[in-house]
Amino acid sequence: MKHSKSIRSPGKTVASIILWILLIVFVSPFVIVVINSLKSNAEIMSNPLKITSNPTFDNYVTAFNTMNYPSALLNTILISVVSVVLIIITSAMTAYFVARSHTKTGKVIFYFLVASMMIPFQAVMIPLVTIYGNLGLLNSRLTLIYLYVGFGCGMGMFIFHGFINSSIPLSLEEAAMIDGAGLLQTFFWIVFPLLKPVIATLAVLDVLWIWNDYLLPSLVLTLPWQQTLPLSTYAFSGQMSVNFGPLIAALILTIVPVLIIYLFLQKYIVKGIVAGAVKS
Amino acid sequence: MEHNSTKYKIKFFLIFAAPTVVIFITVMLIPFLYGFVMSFTDTNGIASTYQWIGLNNYITVIHDKAFWDSLVVTVKYVIACVILTNLLAFIIGYLLTSGIRGQNFLRASFFTPNLLGGIVLGLVWRFIFQNALVYVGNTLNLPIFKNSWLADPTKALWSLIIVTVWQLSGYMMIIYVAGFMSISQDVLEAADIDGCNYWQKITRVEAPLMVPSFVICLFLTLSKCFMVYDINISLTKGEPFGSTILLSYKIYKEAFNNLNYGTGQTEAFFLFLIIAVISIVQVYAGKKMEVEQ
Repeated sequence: MKHSKSIRSPGKTVASIILWILLIVFVSPFVIVVINSLKSNAEIMSNPLKITSNPTFDNYVTAFNTMNYPSALLNTILISVVSVVLIIITSAMTAYFVARSHTKTGKVIFYFLVASMMIPFQAVMIPLVTIYGNLGLLNSRLTLIYLYVGFGCGMGMFIFHGFINSSIPLSLEEAAMIDGAGLLQTFFWIVFPLLKPVIATLAVLDVLWIWNDYLLPSLVLTLPWQQTLPLSTYAFSGQMSVNFGPLIAALILTIVPVLIIYLFLQKYIVKGIVAGAVKS
Repeated sequence: MEHNSTKYKIKFFLIFAAPTVVIFITVMLIPFLYGFVMSFTDTNGIASTYQWIGLNNYITVIHDKAFWDSLVVTVKYVIACVILTNLLAFIIGYLLTSGIRGQNFLRASFFTPNLLGGIVLGLVWRFIFQNALVYVGNTLNLPIFKNSWLADPTKALWSLIIVTVWQLSGYMMIIYVAGFMSISQDVLEAADIDGCNYWQKITRVEAPLMVPSFVICLFLTLSKCFMVYDINISLTKGEPFGSTILLSYKIYKEAFNNLNYGTGQTEAFFLFLIIAVISIVQVYAGKKMEVEQ
């Protein structure tokens, strides 16, 4: 191991230096934003790079109160968690049917769902708004969750299907069936727990997608109390076009919850991205 | 065996697949097909009546200069983003796997922008381009930064590209890192023993082994960039003078601002074609690579 690490050692110092410089460039926008969130608007305008000598949290207070922060955060958590749980359960069950039923229906479902993965959201958004609008189903968080399940189940089924076929031994299920377990019991007691690595991958990919999504919720949720963080941040930016302080504070308030989650789940997130990219 | 009875299979289907099938049909299939129908009408989303106008929407879109402008800007944007993102991500990925200290910390940090949505990132960078860089330009007397980049059509497009590359390279880097780490150390040692120098080792040994990672990243960046919307509306909002309206935003505006659902849907059909072609080529390339391995 020691030997193999030294293979590239001549470049190690150079590599380190380049990477740390790049990192500074990468994080500087965040640093500048944090610095300015603690300043008054006049201070921000006079010198956006200066660290203030008398920091104030006024911007945060204004942002917190005007952008409906608690309700937006709660909506975001609620919509992301419920959608992701439903995507995982429905697509795992469907993948199980496709992999194990040996029916033509299974094959048809597989091809339709996989083909749907190449349809960009923009290609269905206008009819979606028309249809669901005419049915009076817009302006509902439940509708949004329902739509997320529809958009997420294709990739979910595809990833689960690959894993069930390659890594879940049929003999386990047969043993369970012989012991008298029904379909649902076999699936939820035997198969579902074995899907853990894929569940983690999918949860990461889907939470990142839904948590940050803007376009779909902007079409479905128009009432202020329904809004998710991206929606309320964007709406707030419209009101605060010249008032930078509160806007910047709002951005940080939006960023912080994600960073906290990242701090704890970093390992899984990175793994999930790699696994997801390779599988799809 | 009970397993093969029709009753068993129907039960299996109803419990396990039927809910997904219903959701899929109502969320994807019907809207997708209905979208086709809409593209042959003059529907505006509000009036309940509409006329069949055949291929008129397609003719309108093909003759619409604004649509072509948007397509050209989008293609420029995509080309620049794909090249720069992959170049930067490849380099960072390569350096990160050279066994330096703090590589986990560095990797996690470079990935951070991907945790945040395009709306937040666009607004953060809006402040950087409009205020911070202008201040730097005026203080250090750098002409390039003296005026906001967002006020100049070419520079505004470049600012979109910079923010996208800044975000996506952290994502693609993760995939490249995984690729580099999967290269067997034996192969590299063998190259050393055979007398490969540094450069030969990168170009002749490592780069060919990285082709699968590269293909994945290439297609991911391509489709992500063609569909970009959030960064577009939060950073430039299509300005200045409507010069940075990327395709997704153009579709949105046509449908929901101009209330031309029919032509908007027709434009969306073109975006669908682009994405479909990218996906099909990707599947084909993936299959071909599997055969060669």
